[in-house]
Amino acid sequence: MEYILGIFELSAINLVAVLGLSILTGFTGLFSFGHAGFMAIGAYVGGILTKNLHYPFWVAIIAAGLSAGLVSIVIGRLTLKLKGDYFCIATMGFGEAVRLIFSNMNYVNGARGLADIPQFKGASLAIPFVVAVIAIVVAWNLVNSRQGRNMVAVREEELAAQMAGINVLGSKMVAMIASAVLAGVAGALMANFIGFIAPKSFNMTKSTELTIIVIFGGLGSISGSVIGAFLLTALPELLRAFSDWRLVFYGLAVIVIMVGRPQGLLGGSELTPSGIRKMLADRKAKAAFARAKAGGRES
Amino acid sequence: MNLFLQQLVNGLSIGSIYALMAVGYSLVYSIMNFSNFAHGSVIMLGAYFGYYAMTLLGLPFLGGAVAAALGSAGVAIILERLAYKPLRDRRAPFLYFIITAMGASMFIDNSVIATIGPTPKMYPNVFGQGPISIGHIDIGRVDLAMFIISAVALVALILFIDHTKLGKAIQATAYNMKASALMGISPSFVIILVFGIGGGLAGIAGILYGMKYQVFPQIGAITLKSFIAAVFGGLGSLPGALLGALLLGILETFVSGYLSSQYRDLIAFTLLIAMLVIRPSGIMGKNAEDKA
Repeated sequence: MEYILGIFELSAINLVAVLGLSILTGFTGLFSFGHAGFMAIGAYVGGILTKNLHYPFWVAIIAAGLSAGLVSIVIGRLTLKLKGDYFCIATMGFGEAVRLIFSNMNYVNGARGLADIPQFKGASLAIPFVVAVIAIVVAWNLVNSRQGRNMVAVREEELAAQMAGINVLGSKMVAMIASAVLAGVAGALMANFIGFIAPKSFNMTKSTELTIIVIFGGLGSISGSVIGAFLLTALPELLRAFSDWRLVFYGLAVIVIMVGRPQGLLGGSELTPSGIRKMLADRKAKAAFARAKAGGRES
Repeated sequence: MNLFLQQLVNGLSIGSIYALMAVGYSLVYSIMNFSNFAHGSVIMLGAYFGYYAMTLLGLPFLGGAVAAALGSAGVAIILERLAYKPLRDRRAPFLYFIITAMGASMFIDNSVIATIGPTPKMYPNVFGQGPISIGHIDIGRVDLAMFIISAVALVALILFIDHTKLGKAIQATAYNMKASALMGISPSFVIILVFGIGGGLAGIAGILYGMKYQVFPQIGAITLKSFIAAVFGGLGSLPGALLGALLLGILETFVSGYLSSQYRDLIAFTLLIAMLVIRPSGIMGKNAEDKA
């Protein structure tokens, strides 16, 4: 029972980070290779506050989100003007730099990592779920606001968005800060759930795993990210016996999704009553279009 | 002075390996406009191809290097055909290429871990023991081989690009794919050629790197350095990649020699960000704007 609860806790924590990345990658079209860096900042801030300074969990979580957000403002100002690959490589450099800074910091034990961080237990085990629900509500409201529509416009066609009077850099900045705050919060949750953090837990593979979950769920879909986070956190646990092959399967799945079904599980649609109606209507229209096309060829 | 010269020699030798990797990566970037993050996995496979050619088949070093180059070139071309071509046909945004490359890298690395296993393997010692001393400077035999073979491969590549018809085709396609296609240069052919050359150089880099250290499934991570080198020099520019790689190699050995090896990677990544902020087009790059 405790084991199953643990899987759900981890899924909820991953979900918070994935939602952040979903806003940045799925809705704004910016691909970050350094998101584990923001998680690391959150995890270390949360770990130090609860372990060394004995603050309560919620203070640590809020502080972790804020500090990751602050760092993201600086990083955003530096990198958001870069295009395409340059942005990816810059964020990759940021993520690795953060990891290496923590590995060289003696205050947090360097590469050996920070152990004996106070852990959630009893009632406080509910914290990750509460935070996850809050994160879903925040992300949902953000992407359905005016700001969120601006982000989608920037993702679809930056130049056109700019012509329509959208502050492109500002929209990207909002997405960056929101995603960094969520990643920081997820980092603090991770530190307080597991009780141990080390710089190597926040390497590029972690960033890639988060991105894969977003893609699997579908770019531009909050409900897709939610389902993706739970499925892809639980799946490896169920497939423990094949642990070596898990990442082989992940890699293959990414290629297959990108080549065969680039929209992922639920790309661009949402699992809400109106979203489902829209999906069904789209499918019907597509089928009708295909029929009309086939009919046209016959005549 | 001796320490300085010694560090310079070490820097050039590691820099030349970075150059082999960075050139292949930059070549693909110049044609396809995306970062082939699977390049590291191709290098890792090259190290394994070379290792098995030399231990199981008992080939001499040169045979191993040829096997590594051919094997890696084959893998790179298969990767292009299976993973990138469908995306190209669909005119997918560059984001999909990068994600696919990451997926491919994850797939290859972990396939090796799952089948061959994570235990590091040692190359047989083919260059003899002990360093070669010139004055007060010691040069490792593997380091010397790294430098000479890299230099030969890179000079051959530059001659090929500048003086053959195929090389001109690559240049033309890098400059403008549509226009050169109209002139009768098949983009598909050039792309296969570029992946083949990049893969071949990656294979040679893999066998040399594996000889200097060991062969294990994560050695592809070293390509992060070649990405940095390529960005330093200017993405898509071959002379830039060369210069960036040598500079990075020298910088790294000087940082580890005079400061501390702990700060080596940190300084490399910090410089990467600084370069991207100050001059994203690098030392020799043309422009950093999205071509699309």
